[in-house]
Order: sequence, then C-alpha cells, then structure tokens
Amino acid sequence: MLTISQELVDKIVAHARADHPDEACGVIAGRDDVPERFIPMANAERSPTFYRFDSMEQFHVWREMDDRDEVPVVIYHSHTATEAYPSRTDVSYASEPDAHYVLVSTRDANEVEFRSYRILDGEISEEEVRFIP
Amino acid sequence: MAIEVRIPTILRTYTDGAKAVDAEGATLDDLITNLESRHPGIKDRLVDEAGLRRFVNVYLNDEDVRFLGGLGTPVSDGDTVTVLPAVAGG
Repeated sequence: MLTISQELVDKIVAHARADHPDEACGVIAGRDDVPERFIPMANAERSPTFYRFDSMEQFHVWREMDDRDEVPVVIYHSHTATEAYPSRTDVSYASEPDAHYVLVSTRDANEVEFRSYRILDGEISEEEVRFIP
Repeated sequence: MAIEVRIPTILRTYTDGAKAVDAEGATLDDLITNLESRHPGIKDRLVDEAGLRRFVNVYLNDEDVRFLGGLGTPVSDGDTVTVLPAVAGG
C-alpha cells in the first residue's frame, strides 16, 4: 500500500497537467517508505508516448538522495492518452524494486486517475493508495 | 588503490548486497571485465554486443561516460564509477 499526502498528489497531478500532452515524470524522495520530497524531473524525450529522466539530472538527484539517506519512494509518470496502467515499456525498464510506481492519466481534462503499482521481475501488482491530509 | 564502483539496488544481488565495490582496470571496458571476475553475471546487465546497454547509465566521477569515451573511457585509481539504471518507460 502507498500512503501519500494529498499535497503531494496535487503536485504530481499539476505537473502532469502542465506537461500534457507530453508525459511528465518525477520522483518523491523519502525514508521508511514515506514519500516526502517532491522532485519533478525533465522528460528528456519530450514525448507524448515515452519518458526518460535526463541522465545528468538523475545522477545529481540520486546523489543528493544518497547524501540525505533518502530513497526514491515514488517514481511517477503520466499517460496522456491512455489509462493509468503500466505499459509494456514501463515494465521492461522498471529498475527500482523498492519504489512505488505511480501513474496518472491526463486523458480526461476533468477527471484524474491516480494509481500505484509495484513492478518487480516483469510482474505488475497494483496496490491500494491511502490519501492522507 | 582501486576504483570504487557504486552499485544500484537492483544489481546488488551480484555484490552480496554491497552498495559499492572495488575493481581495477585502465578503461571502463577493462573495469567491467574485472568486475565480472569478482561478481559473475554483472557484466551482462551492463553491456551487450553493441556496447553499454541503452538503459543503463554509467558515470565516471561526475560525467556520463556516453559524453566521454563510452567503454573506451580511461579510468584510474581513485576514480568513482556510478551505475544507475535509466528511469524510463512509455
């Protein structure tokens, strides 16, 4: 289960809306499975169907997390024309076994789809999301 | 002296859980071969026939080796090599 504050959810959704129709992506760093620090990342692909963190930005963000004893608790990205469910490429490149992979869909301008998954060894398991104030 | 290689979570199964290991070599290619002799299986996760795997980022100190010399990049004692799987998807 992912437990996440409404404030962080709102930030993810705002980022996804702002970058629509391109996919938006980022990280929420934290400790002990608690997402805390919102880090929007550039989508180096600037694409409506693909995302990739910029390699140098990722390096600096990962090192900063390391220095602060944080981990990427959440890795999020948006789907801009399809549902908030991991695509085949999402599964094949998933590389953080301890992260909650959050997907939001911006295909509907008025409705938000916000879902979370574990992706491990090619297997997707959806998990419950608990929103806290 | 040796070269410190920082290992991402997903590859620590090859290093008995170690976050960083030592290896030796004159180039990144040598270093990965040396790493393989100490941690069998890891090489295949880093390179394929074409060179560095597309979705693996390797940094020498603070630089992405793709902007240096790729696998031919010279390395020396005291350097730090960091491996990070790219975060990507569709």
